[in-house]
Amino acid sequence: MSLATHLLSVLIWLPIAGGIALLLIGDEGDAGSSRAGIMRMTALIVSVATFVLSIGLYTGFDSAATGMQFVERYGWIPAINVDYYLGVDGISAPLILLTTFITPLVVIAGWDSSRVRPAQYFAAFLILEGLMVGVFSALDGILFYVFWEFMLVPMFLIIGVWGGERRIYATLKFFLYTFLGSVLMLVAFIYLYGQAGTFDLLAFADAPLTLAAQKLIFLAFLIAFAVKVPMWPVHTWLPDAHVEAPTGGSVILAAIMLKMGGYGFVRLSLPIVPDGSAYFAGLMIGLSLIAVVYIGLVALMQKDMKKLIAYSSIAHMGFVTLGFFLLWYINGDSGAALGMSGGMVQMVSHGLISGAMFLCVGVLYDRVHSRQIADYGGVANTMPVFAAFMVLFAMANAGLPGTSGFVGEFMVIVASFKANFWIAFLAASTLILGAAYTLWMVKRVVYGEVANDNVAALEDLKGREFLVLGILAVAVLLLGVWPAPLVDMMNVTIEQLLEQVAASKL
Amino acid sequence: MLDYYLIIVLSPLLAAIIAGLFGKQIGRTGAHTVTILGVGVACALSFVVLYQMYWGGAPAENISVYTWAVTDGLRMEIGFLVDRLTALMMVVVTFVSLMVHVYTIGYMHDDPGYQRFFSYISLFTFAMLMLVMANNFLQLFFGWEAVGLVSYLLIGFWYKRETAIFANLKAFLVNRVGDFGFLLGIAAVVLFTNSLDYAEVFRQAGSISEQTIEIIPGQPWNAMTVICILLFIGAMGKSAQAPLHVWLPDSMEGPTPISALIHAATMVTAGIFMVARMSPLYELSVTALGVVIVIGAITAFFMGLLGLIQNDIKRVVAYSTLSQLGYMTVALGASAYGAAIFHLMTHAFFKALLFLAAGSVIIAMHHEQDIRKMGGIRKYMPITYWTSLVGSLALIGAPGLSGFFSKDLLIEAVHESHWRETDVWIYWIAYLSVLIGVFVTALYSFRMFFLVFHGKERMDEATRSHLHETPWVVTVPLVLLAIPSAVIGWITVEPILFGGFFGEAIVVAPEHDVLARLGVEFWQGSLGLVTHAVVTPVFWLAVAGVAAAWFMYLKRPDIPETLYRKFKGLYVLLDRKYYFDDLWIRGFAGGGRKLGDLLWKRGDQFLIDGVLVNGTANSIARLAGVLRQLQSGYLYTYAFAMIIGLTMLLGWLIWLR
Repeated sequence: MSLATHLLSVLIWLPIAGGIALLLIGDEGDAGSSRAGIMRMTALIVSVATFVLSIGLYTGFDSAATGMQFVERYGWIPAINVDYYLGVDGISAPLILLTTFITPLVVIAGWDSSRVRPAQYFAAFLILEGLMVGVFSALDGILFYVFWEFMLVPMFLIIGVWGGERRIYATLKFFLYTFLGSVLMLVAFIYLYGQAGTFDLLAFADAPLTLAAQKLIFLAFLIAFAVKVPMWPVHTWLPDAHVEAPTGGSVILAAIMLKMGGYGFVRLSLPIVPDGSAYFAGLMIGLSLIAVVYIGLVALMQKDMKKLIAYSSIAHMGFVTLGFFLLWYINGDSGAALGMSGGMVQMVSHGLISGAMFLCVGVLYDRVHSRQIADYGGVANTMPVFAAFMVLFAMANAGLPGTSGFVGEFMVIVASFKANFWIAFLAASTLILGAAYTLWMVKRVVYGEVANDNVAALEDLKGREFLVLGILAVAVLLLGVWPAPLVDMMNVTIEQLLEQVAASKL
Repeated sequence: MLDYYLIIVLSPLLAAIIAGLFGKQIGRTGAHTVTILGVGVACALSFVVLYQMYWGGAPAENISVYTWAVTDGLRMEIGFLVDRLTALMMVVVTFVSLMVHVYTIGYMHDDPGYQRFFSYISLFTFAMLMLVMANNFLQLFFGWEAVGLVSYLLIGFWYKRETAIFANLKAFLVNRVGDFGFLLGIAAVVLFTNSLDYAEVFRQAGSISEQTIEIIPGQPWNAMTVICILLFIGAMGKSAQAPLHVWLPDSMEGPTPISALIHAATMVTAGIFMVARMSPLYELSVTALGVVIVIGAITAFFMGLLGLIQNDIKRVVAYSTLSQLGYMTVALGASAYGAAIFHLMTHAFFKALLFLAAGSVIIAMHHEQDIRKMGGIRKYMPITYWTSLVGSLALIGAPGLSGFFSKDLLIEAVHESHWRETDVWIYWIAYLSVLIGVFVTALYSFRMFFLVFHGKERMDEATRSHLHETPWVVTVPLVLLAIPSAVIGWITVEPILFGGFFGEAIVVAPEHDVLARLGVEFWQGSLGLVTHAVVTPVFWLAVAGVAAAWFMYLKRPDIPETLYRKFKGLYVLLDRKYYFDDLWIRGFAGGGRKLGDLLWKRGDQFLIDGVLVNGTANSIARLAGVLRQLQSGYLYTYAFAMIIGLTMLLGWLIWLR
């Protein structure tokens, strides 16, 4: 038993064990007590260790190989063929890396803003990290489902305990939406088990299915994943959840949990029900474009910074689903993989940028305790360093070339032109809308004369905040200037997936 | 040569990073030293490259630097295409940038954001070099957007001013409208060639023009026309062609050095450069060239008119820039790409000069920009006066000066272009616009010149007593720009326009090649053109413009008053800038916001959350009230319910099979 053969298990259970340890030790003290100091140091060490270990996933990854890597498989419930079955390919590995990269940053960002019950706070994030890595690496339906559902618990608590005033409404909405969605996914798994005789997700893809069954399964998956992404019109839980969530919760929610939906589509919907996916591809493209245009316009009018970024997230995730479902509309022999890669890159990039944007709002919120755009103005006068970061991330959010925000959108727009001019036309409107809502916010918050006493009293970034935003800035720029390492990691898997999708089950 | 190119591109970038991140540590002197060093190195090496390319006979180079990403058979790379067109642009960009860097030491002397400013203009130089040196559409778009970013940062440099941060948002968004078309154009290129590489796309140009695309079902349009028009929409944004010109006058909110560098000499000419670079594509679509020439003609004439009524010294120059960019665009549409680039070059020198001279006046006037409050400045600022005169004369095309050669031949090229045979309407629109534009140019240029430097001293006493020539860091760049503004045309016109300077870089279809025809039938050397000038309408129109300006603004200042009263309607139309601002701001931006509000409040809040979500929740609450009665607490009720449920689930599964 070596680290290399059990890397995925380590990445799942190390943070969960760390979290449970924090819970067991517990604490009565507030954020200032020395006990709390030990707690967050433990959380930091565990999350950084997890990240360091996860680098092995990148260095040990064979981007030329097809199929799953780092596979672990043991019997779990032999009676119904449920296995503890883990593995990654070019689609899941980048998302695991994103998870392990973002979590330490969230721990640092929450260093002393978690005044109530710091042990539980950090424990929730660590356990959540393990569960999220579990979702991205599980290859068994039941295991996947267990991680998927358990993931809700820490997030529910993070919003419900450390959230804002209307946190009860927000958590209930969040929980009901996502829970109702995933129950249907379980029903679909049970049906697929009936067909395949196993809960092996890869075997599901080989199970023969009629078109009618595929359609129903697609819809069941769709509800589960569309809620997570979220897609119009099941998106309204997200702005509410973000507004009430503490900064760290918003970051994890936007950066990683939304990716569960996109991941579900590529890991489950496309390979398991290719004909069902083809049948509904038009609908998916339509919903994606609504996300880009309609939500982009809605974002423009937001008065609350977190709501604005939440709507911006929905619009950006529209590119993910658009990229994934373009392939049936593309004429000619290339473009499908481009759209798919674009969607995947967009997921990773959005994780970095939206996380950074929420952290920026968090920095302001910690000082002024307001998220309203109208309460700010002229922040650049008192916080020049912060302003520089904010403008950088805003530009990345607006898809400026040289930042990661450009890469995925560019690929998806180019691919969508291969399908249809008007799809590309609507998708490219993000160039105007994305810039409009992001930079208009920047204008009102960052630029201008000092608007009020609160802004006049602002202090620029602390070392801890600078560190977190600085790391994210480097990542956003690096991925924008040289996305090849990420794209290369995914290419083979995407080609393989497309072959799978092209082979009809009928 | 790759090392040279990398040093040229990276030294301004490195300088920008040092000045930007460590501004506090290196101080003001450190910031301007490091950036001037960076740009100076780039400028010197650019001259070396141009020398090698032209006199050294070095071949054009197409080098890949690194692979950005590869997926789906589409290679996305970063690389350089350096031929004589690129080399010329590199020299213009780095030379003007260097002058502006030096000038900034004086202009921004007291500004608290000194280091930040130097960092931005160096970053701009990097971005612009990436744009002109690109060998593929991806990098072109990177440079395209990066110069837009720096322009945004610099227009809003004084971020406390409401007008400045309004102007920079407006500039960015209007440019994004252009980029929207540009990106779709690039996507269209990929659709038809599956490549982003210039060389590969040009190789396939012939086959693109044989294909069609149905944007409106049942209407097959020529693929090349669609590509070229989409790309040109990008050029309209960046090079401020009507109706996407609205951002440029407002961009004058930025400090004057960047008005000279970005909004006159270099960035705004990116669109012109791009079309010239894409000449192998544009030549294959006469329709697209027709669009180009008409948009250019409209811009050249109507934007010049707006210059007549401006009272802000910088805005006069800004409208002049719009008009001159229109001239260049007309040349592109007439397939006289060489003439467009030649005018781009001379314009870069004399317009940068005019902006910097205006800035020199602004410094002396303690940041007063209203020309109605100036007058008679000539005797206080001799160097600024004489250099301004050179710049103004070059702008209106006084024989012998640089603008004369570029503008005269540009107009001649339009006159002789194939449009005269192929489409008379387009021909007359273009020709008359550029011809009458000469009079307008002379009128607004010398209106400003006379109002600023001659006549009564209209400033207040406090300002007047402090009026004096600006320090050497300001005047030296003025002189160094005045020299090429005067002589560069005479020296370079023959090799650039008639000596095959651009070689393979610019491709013109034989039947469109008006410059080649002019070279054979018309060209008799620089001296010949100067002596020939007095018999051309162009010359007399310019003279008439200067004379009119002198008469109206020095001799009889009551005339403009009378005209203003008589033609109030026309004045209002000009003052409202033909209502284009209202169209964009009220129509487009306001409409977008209203729609956003509607979708949010009616769509999200009322329909989805109000009716669907909370409505469902309420119905469930009601239903639950009924169902609650089923929860009797008796075990058999639950068992019964479970059995019904299981049966239904199983039934569904079986039915699915």
